[in-house]
Amino acid sequence: MQKEVVIAKNLAVGYKSKKVARNIDFVLQQGEFCAIVGVNGIGKSTLLRTLASLQPCLEGKITINQIALKAYSFSKLAQKIALVLTEPVATKNLTVRELVALGRQPYTNWLGNLSEPDKSQIALSLKTFQLESLQSRKCFELSDGQLQRVLIAKAMAQDTSIILLDEPTTHLDLSHKVQIFKLLQKLAHEHKKTILFTTHEIDLAIQLCDKMLILNGADNPFGEPCELIEKGCFSNLFPSEMVTFDVKTGSFRVKK
Amino acid sequence: MKNYRFRFLGLLLILLAVWLLNISLGSVTIPFTATLSALFGQSVEHTSWEYIIYNYRLPKAITAILVGGGLALSGLLMQTLFRNPLAGPFVLGISSGASLGAAILLMGSTLLGGFLFSDFSLVIAASIGSFLVLLVVLLVANRIRDTMALLIIGLMFGSITSAIVSVLAYFSSAEQLQRFIFWSYGSVGHLSWNQNWMLGGIVLLGTILSILSIKSLNAFLLGENYAQSLGVNLKRSRLTIIIATGMLAGSITAFAGPIAFVGLAVPHLTRQIFNTMEHRTLVPAVFLYGAILMLFCDTIAQLPSSAKVLPINAITSLVGAPVVIWLLVRKRKMLF
Repeated sequence: MQKEVVIAKNLAVGYKSKKVARNIDFVLQQGEFCAIVGVNGIGKSTLLRTLASLQPCLEGKITINQIALKAYSFSKLAQKIALVLTEPVATKNLTVRELVALGRQPYTNWLGNLSEPDKSQIALSLKTFQLESLQSRKCFELSDGQLQRVLIAKAMAQDTSIILLDEPTTHLDLSHKVQIFKLLQKLAHEHKKTILFTTHEIDLAIQLCDKMLILNGADNPFGEPCELIEKGCFSNLFPSEMVTFDVKTGSFRVKK
Repeated sequence: MKNYRFRFLGLLLILLAVWLLNISLGSVTIPFTATLSALFGQSVEHTSWEYIIYNYRLPKAITAILVGGGLALSGLLMQTLFRNPLAGPFVLGISSGASLGAAILLMGSTLLGGFLFSDFSLVIAASIGSFLVLLVVLLVANRIRDTMALLIIGLMFGSITSAIVSVLAYFSSAEQLQRFIFWSYGSVGHLSWNQNWMLGGIVLLGTILSILSIKSLNAFLLGENYAQSLGVNLKRSRLTIIIATGMLAGSITAFAGPIAFVGLAVPHLTRQIFNTMEHRTLVPAVFLYGAILMLFCDTIAQLPSSAKVLPINAITSLVGAPVVIWLLVRKRKMLF
């Protein structure tokens, strides 16, 4: 039987003064790779921040591993959810290994000393993301794509059942975008992690994701990419005078 | 984590050397061998030498270690908490709070009805001043999540304080003004053994709080959102770090006057030797380096073999400011 890892019921997210998105419902199973898509400002990042407990949810209920999100302490939640944000890390003067090692904080003692299991988890993360040769480099020496891989490796080292990522492929060229997508997919399928991320790469998400959540400001459809295409959910995602969705190829075309 | 054992050993040896140098030099020339035998409790030719070493130079050297180490540590805490290479104990307004307390006591005492003035009341006034500013900063910190806003609020407190100080200065007598100016020059040389014990106790508490914060300090290096996602309780950790800074910088400024640049420059200097951001290494290293620098600056300020003493604040600025400029020019940007 598959495990329901994340359940969001009738969710409304945003700020006290302004609700950004409402009527969000979805269920994620263990090992599922799911994208959140939608136009700018529709509330993708706000939803992700709410799931990560960085801001309170306005309405509805979020359940993580059968327990309400609100019931988790910061330290317990850190063992369930790992986070990769769009904001740059505050200091890039850390080495790759030091940054990945910070992912072990939820498990280390009061001083943050690494035990042998911690070290082997770090080594595994570095190996999975092909960062072994870079591990003593400082983060300011890395390219955007390498740095993104380091942050995802940190999330993997955190050894959580869920990883949330906010636009993990911005600033990357096409090949690096595909590389990150493939790595995330592998992480979800082989390491049985539930991965939820926001993205603007709808074409890639349709090809590689198990599930997709479309934020459209109304009913916010959720399901497998093929189902969503059949239902015509992508067709009115963007203003139709600008781009149209080609159902056959599953990609967007610019209107000439 | 790299093994920095030899560098720590080196720093400890340098600290010992500078400490001996600091004690053996001063306005009265005492031979080095006599200094050593006095320290080891053996009899010395002149009893006055023994008196000078025990009651003047030794407490002064201890104060210098506490002041240098404590200020440097508080600078490190601020730089990590605000993730800003230019943060230091002055930025939060803690030092300006102490100045305000001292200014009101020294220059406004006629307005307040003039109560008994002693060295100890100066310490109390400065402590109350820094504590009040800290309290306001804490209240604001609980309401505002954004640390940059907190930084700016701290700077604004500094401006308000200096404005009040200049108004007070305008209305006070020349003698009162002189007293305040002497306090603001900073000095490590006037603390009694009892005062040293008190300062030592507070600095120890602040250092313990810093050590307890090492893990969350490391998480703060990634930014506050990442820190929370790693299990850090933001409010509690920020509070602990701010209280530790307040205890360190507040008590030191109260006892020794506002001493510039140690808090800002030492963390950067330390990272030249220990090329890491890991606080398990930096916390002890920064304390040692600060103590060394302060002992060194104090040795210069004493102008060995002359009766004059230079203001310690001038020396730390003369040493600290060029160092910051040199770091900026050489590295082009201040890596934090």
